[in-house]
Amino acid sequence: MSLLQSLRTRDRVFEFMAPAASPVDVRHGPILYMEDVTVSFDGFKAINNLNLTIDNGELRCIIGPNGAGKTTMMDIITGKTRPTEGSVWFGSRHNLLNMNEPEIASLGIGRKFQKPTVFEALSVFENLELAMAADKRIFPTLTARMTGEIKDRIDEVLETIGLTTLRFQPAGILSHGQKQWLEIGMLLMQRPRLLLVDEPVAGMTEQEMERTAELLTGLAGKQSVVVVEHDMGFVRSIARKVTVLHQGSVLAEGSMDQVSNDPNVVEVYLGADDEEAA
Amino acid sequence: MMTQPPSSQFWLTCPFGERATQVFLGVLFAALLIVTVLHVAVPQGSPLHVNAYTVNLFGKYLSYALLAVAVDLVWGYLGILSLGHGAFFAIGGYAMGMYLMRQIGDRGTYGHPVLPDFMVFLNWDSLPWYWQGFDMAWFAFAMVLLAPGLLALVFGFLAFRSRVTGVYLSIITQALTFALMLAFFRNEMGFGGNNGLTDFRELLGFNLRSNDTRLGLFLATGVALALGYILCRAIVTSKLGRVCVATRDAEARTRFIGYRVERFQLFVFVVSAMLAGLAGALYVPQVGIINPSEFSPLFSIEIVLWVALGGRATLYGAVIGAMLVNYAKTVFTGVMPDAWLFALGAMFVLVTVLLPKGVAGLLQKQRRKKTPTITKEATA
Repeated sequence: MSLLQSLRTRDRVFEFMAPAASPVDVRHGPILYMEDVTVSFDGFKAINNLNLTIDNGELRCIIGPNGAGKTTMMDIITGKTRPTEGSVWFGSRHNLLNMNEPEIASLGIGRKFQKPTVFEALSVFENLELAMAADKRIFPTLTARMTGEIKDRIDEVLETIGLTTLRFQPAGILSHGQKQWLEIGMLLMQRPRLLLVDEPVAGMTEQEMERTAELLTGLAGKQSVVVVEHDMGFVRSIARKVTVLHQGSVLAEGSMDQVSNDPNVVEVYLGADDEEAA
Repeated sequence: MMTQPPSSQFWLTCPFGERATQVFLGVLFAALLIVTVLHVAVPQGSPLHVNAYTVNLFGKYLSYALLAVAVDLVWGYLGILSLGHGAFFAIGGYAMGMYLMRQIGDRGTYGHPVLPDFMVFLNWDSLPWYWQGFDMAWFAFAMVLLAPGLLALVFGFLAFRSRVTGVYLSIITQALTFALMLAFFRNEMGFGGNNGLTDFRELLGFNLRSNDTRLGLFLATGVALALGYILCRAIVTSKLGRVCVATRDAEARTRFIGYRVERFQLFVFVVSAMLAGLAGALYVPQVGIINPSEFSPLFSIEIVLWVALGGRATLYGAVIGAMLVNYAKTVFTGVMPDAWLFALGAMFVLVTVLLPKGVAGLLQKQRRKKTPTITKEATA
């Protein structure tokens, strides 16, 4: 069935001739294209004709009121939800709609969930070890050994996320903020090209928030980072470019100042938010 | 357990590096040796003498212990609460039983050279196709592992591919063993129906009714338990074992970091089913009968109780639990048979309330009290 479909798609004929692990093609700049994407759940359009392009190495913030489709958008990129219409490309070579979750993950798209989910029974070190890019089939996993190279890589990430001293502690005892960092560390272990980060500072203290902002801005450039966040102060502190989603499509895009002066945005989101804050 | 430095975690490269494994294997082999010596070298009249009945009983406990280890592998580490492992145990047992039946030859009541007694009784004139080959030991022993493995493969493939987990999986494993029980009760199935397979005589030429063979089976079961334990330990301390624990605690997360969770579940489930089958095959020649009651849902639940009582996710806890409960069962059913189920229930309630991590949890606590600095060192 899927073979027939692949034959019908003219631009993907002879798919088998392309090398399986072909590198992500970012020669044209963007690392992620979403074009005319629509998702409807029983008629309700969670995503409505969404167009979004993320450049290689960019740090992008996505904001929008509840129900704007932010999480659904992440679900589409990671393969959890299939759009009803539209196309999603990673670089200009990989059609994400033809791949399942593990394939997309191994291609280099990492996702951090809203609620930190780390493996609580395993140590911080082991959490990172499992997340590392490696041959993840059964027998290679069964016979995997710890090499100096792997240890160095884990130590490097432990350093980046500031959890070196807690490396042999079970992840279950970490504070909320530390779990968030560990989860970002787990994403980094996969050497992702694109990081999707869902509400990284929810429930964090001021200090933890600063540390997270540092961490994320430090990552941009090496990786492309997409941050979905509600906290405007935090978005202002890290964002270079902001996309506002509303009712499943892009309402505005630009720098934080541009966006916050856009009358449409003020009406649906910032205005309401400011009033609440005031 | 999870707080050790990584150098000692790579078990495949240094199999006996772990203290718990060393202690477990040491205790097991010491017990095998002591029972053997007390049975063989101590004269019959002495109060220290272990009689053949007791040796046989211990052999039975050891096969239960291997079954419990198999269940702990999937429940403790993978989070799959299988309430149907009795099915794999019974199928392994039936494979062994079929071999033992074919060994009887023409010495059965009806004296037929090929057909087992129950088939003659049913007026069958030839062996059904699935009984072919069971006169050869190598074939039967291969089937002991392959038949439960194949069932687990098909069942697991369907269940894990559809992402059936948690309580739903427990229910369908229970349904699986119940369905098999009903099927094996039917005479037309060709497995002896209600009566099962019995009246065994020889295993590999050794007379099953001699005390020496019983001792041999007891020792073989002990060795099988040790090997099964080592295999499971190797799995759970490998990176694959950590993927299992990760799956147990956060399945979606494990999938997102790139592991094909359903394949890992299937692999471990099949290994566990094969171990359960091996346990069943060692059990049957020691008790001398296999019948559909081993498929009963109650038995499968009882196995889970052994593991819970001994302590999940430790492997040695499963062994302790199986030994304790079955010893208690032997004592109770001897003294007051009607009270056994109440005693089992009471034991389970008491352990759940007082020792949530089972007997193994108690042992770990004791050790930690003696060496309170371990966790602090790891922090520094």
